[in-house]
Amino acid sequence: MTTAKKNALFGLFASVQLALFLLFLLASTSIIGTIVPQNNPFDFYVERYGFKTARFFQLLDIPDMYNSWWFLGLLTLFAINLIVCSIERIPLVIRLIRRDVLAVTPEQLTKFPLNSEQHLAEEAPAAAERVRVLLKKHGWRAQEKSTDSGWMFGAEKGKWSRFGLYVVHSSILVILAGALLGSSAVAHKVFRDPLFAFKGSVMLPEGEQTDHVYARKGGERLDLGFALHCDDFAIEYYDNGMPKTYRSKVTVLERGAPVQTTEIEVNKPLTYKGITFYQSSYQPYQDYQAILKKKDGSAETAARITVANQIDWPEGGASYGIINRERQGEVTRQLKIWFTDGQGEPSVFWMHADQEAAIERPSGTYLLTIRQRYATGLQATKDPGVDLVYGGCLLMLAGLYIAFFLSHRRIYVLVQPEERGCRLLFAGDANKNRVGFEKHFLQLISKLDNEIK
Amino acid sequence: MDSSQLFGIAMIAYLLATAFYLGLFLFKIERFGLIGMLLALAGICAQTAAIGLRWYESYRMGVGHAPLTNMYESLVFFAWCTACFYLALEYRFKTRIMGAFVMPCVAIAMAYASFADRMDSKINPLIPALQSNWLIAHVATCFIGYAAFAVAGALGLMYLLKQRAENKPQQNNRSLTAALPPLPVLDDLTYKTIVFGFMWLSAGIITGAIWANEAWGTYWSWDPKETWSIITWFLYALTLHARFTREWRGRRIAWLAMLGFVAVFFTYFGVNFLLSGLHSYGSA
Repeated sequence: MTTAKKNALFGLFASVQLALFLLFLLASTSIIGTIVPQNNPFDFYVERYGFKTARFFQLLDIPDMYNSWWFLGLLTLFAINLIVCSIERIPLVIRLIRRDVLAVTPEQLTKFPLNSEQHLAEEAPAAAERVRVLLKKHGWRAQEKSTDSGWMFGAEKGKWSRFGLYVVHSSILVILAGALLGSSAVAHKVFRDPLFAFKGSVMLPEGEQTDHVYARKGGERLDLGFALHCDDFAIEYYDNGMPKTYRSKVTVLERGAPVQTTEIEVNKPLTYKGITFYQSSYQPYQDYQAILKKKDGSAETAARITVANQIDWPEGGASYGIINRERQGEVTRQLKIWFTDGQGEPSVFWMHADQEAAIERPSGTYLLTIRQRYATGLQATKDPGVDLVYGGCLLMLAGLYIAFFLSHRRIYVLVQPEERGCRLLFAGDANKNRVGFEKHFLQLISKLDNEIK
Repeated sequence: MDSSQLFGIAMIAYLLATAFYLGLFLFKIERFGLIGMLLALAGICAQTAAIGLRWYESYRMGVGHAPLTNMYESLVFFAWCTACFYLALEYRFKTRIMGAFVMPCVAIAMAYASFADRMDSKINPLIPALQSNWLIAHVATCFIGYAAFAVAGALGLMYLLKQRAENKPQQNNRSLTAALPPLPVLDDLTYKTIVFGFMWLSAGIITGAIWANEAWGTYWSWDPKETWSIITWFLYALTLHARFTREWRGRRIAWLAMLGFVAVFFTYFGVNFLLSGLHSYGSA
């Protein structure tokens, strides 16, 4: 590649036009994935859009467009654009902030955006001292030099704010780096370790344990290196029937020995050894766990039971069964129970699932609890890039604040002796929020005026 | 008195404020502007009390949560943010006439929340996905941003109207928009409002990402709501770059401010009503 060509390429990537064009392309192409449903099987698209369109979609990876080669390519170009832009412009900014604040001539001062000239009756040295005190009082750490024509004071504030823009740009790169580090595709292809970063899930029945989960994409088996046991899953409801809590009680086991027992709820995940488990779904089974005891505590039994099956409990002298149930979807809310202790008419009654019911019988009081059996659906995620992403987000907010709300301000005062008294020249400029700075500038001058009067 | 009555009072106050601000714009009667401002202020007071009361009522029902959890509540909050943002702007820049363009948005949002069939104004308990401390941070940051973008869109419209009137020398048109702030002021205000909104939108997207990671184990899943929020972000980023580096001013920025608001509107409404996704609880 010749230097000229290299420069042309560098120039292209350093250009803001390219940035604008890429922002436009990213914004407009992103719309596609919000209209065409994502990540469905090929047949879905054939049925919905016809075979030809579906093939066309497949060709362009539209069904998974945010991971497609062209969308990732756009993001890559965007990242290169950001990097090259910054490489080109940061040296200019460094030069700008390292510049000697006093390296201006009195003539240049008269061309500053903010300018004000005054003539005082006071002698120049006294006026200079006044200016020195005033600037210091208002937080301007002025440097000064004497020139042939008098004293020059120069002070600047917020010069570092010129980096704000680049803080925002690098924050985007940090976020993208974090996203790469946490991507399962990168874990596969670059690190050759599927366990480095993954998103998986597992459906774990109550009372069972697992030492692996399955990748959400591709279904690959991922070994956790420890085991997770589901002690219990429960749904709580509000009075109006809306779900209030989905809760899994789980125990982590290392080589078969329990390490910790925790409850996982939506918004309350469990993190263990870098892997985070989230409550994401559940599966109700159509069989039940029954716990029956005599109230006096003399006997207790537990049984797995299904609808329309009679269970006998000879030790407690009782027989019972479920004869009907009221369900919401697949979740059982109430059960109709048939119960006898062999004396008198059997009891038939409705009871709530998961709640203890007391049954008064000639032979004593029995306590019965019937719980539906569930499997809890847990999502398991390992994302080593999250901290980087969060760091990038913080950096972005800080950068935006610096870039938009802080400015580089300079203020100069020239004190020139005259035949009678002296001439004061105020000059100032700010790279942002000129209106606000002008107010401050004029205030400073009026303070000096007041002092003199 | 319960919160729905107070919301009703706020809505009426905003409608009247709209009428007076429009009166100021059309008939140039200064006193109308003052009345409009006072009515808007009264509306904000009533609405603030109503939001607080609704919050309190939810605790009395035993399902306590901030009133930011469905379309009705978010629309009410949007109206509140926009009204507050506008009055702050009016106070700072001393131009009442902008109310004729912003207050209608507030009044329409409140009226739509109160009367549309699809709005459910009942206080419902929180589903498990919404039970998080991030709820307030996420919704508040987003809606402060939306409010600023609504105002920026209105400023863009004012700019275009005034510019058109100035280009056509007919006296009639001219007198109507003559009272609007000068074009450079409108341009500067539009830009500043966009910057303000952009900060909050960024914060809203970030808080949303953190929350999503807490609840679902992924901070970004290209769900339609997420995607449209980033589209909106790209659009405003483009606007800011065009202004900073390509010196776009005036008409083009005004158009972009309006286009940006269309994207905000779609992110907020369109996604909930037209597309399906993780944010579907916002659709009622």
